[in-house]
Amino acid sequence: MSTITAQTTQVYSVFIRATPEQIWDAITKPEFTERYFFGARIEVRDGRRFSAIGDTEWDEEVLEAEPPKRLVHGWTSAYDAVLAAEEPSRVTWEIEPQDGGVTKLTVVHDRLEGAPKTAEGVAGGWMYVLSGLKTLLETGKPLAG
Amino acid sequence: MDDDQVFKALADPTRRHLLDRLFERDGRTLTELESELEMTRFGVMKHLRVLEDAGLVVTRREGREKLHFLNPVPIRLIHNRWIDKYTEHRVAALADLKHELEDTA
Repeated sequence: MSTITAQTTQVYSVFIRATPEQIWDAITKPEFTERYFFGARIEVRDGRRFSAIGDTEWDEEVLEAEPPKRLVHGWTSAYDAVLAAEEPSRVTWEIEPQDGGVTKLTVVHDRLEGAPKTAEGVAGGWMYVLSGLKTLLETGKPLAG
Repeated sequence: MDDDQVFKALADPTRRHLLDRLFERDGRTLTELESELEMTRFGVMKHLRVLEDAGLVVTRREGREKLHFLNPVPIRLIHNRWIDKYTEHRVAALADLKHELEDTA
């Protein structure tokens, strides 16, 4: 068992065979997010990031939006009562085209100092989300799971 | 990013050691990582470069410093290749049993 304290800045990255526009759509439109983001319907519009999982709905502030390159928004773990009581943190998505029809997607989740339980919870979650997003965009199917 | 690069990067004890250090605490500079290894700065740089090319380490600039972060996504992708939602529970149960027995032995 790990006794490691969860990091207050976490960085995840993945190379996806897709265009920056496809990735932008996949992270800002609910018909995509519900297929790889733990079933959450997430929509970025009007300067907010709206999320819905089952009956739970919440939204966060969009701090920067530069389609299809960069999206920065607040993060509140409203899907869990204990995590929801923690301070908000911040998520940055960076989308960078590479050679050969591949795009690098980097997620930085930081300002987690006031949210230690969220930091612990999202560590495995981002891995799952990013590998699921890659599978969805490259195969058109959600992860087997 | 192909799997060959990931396996090649992991097939070296020094590089696994560097990943272990980053797993304990992320966001370290080359100087910090170098201080824990019996190796020249150039040697550590070379290993970090291989890890970065394989996508296992991501670097970010913060002010004047270049920080190194462990990126576990390529390992998760290898996991997904052979372990699906149905086998995951059985695999996790056996892994937990192994840890349990070995930690209390």
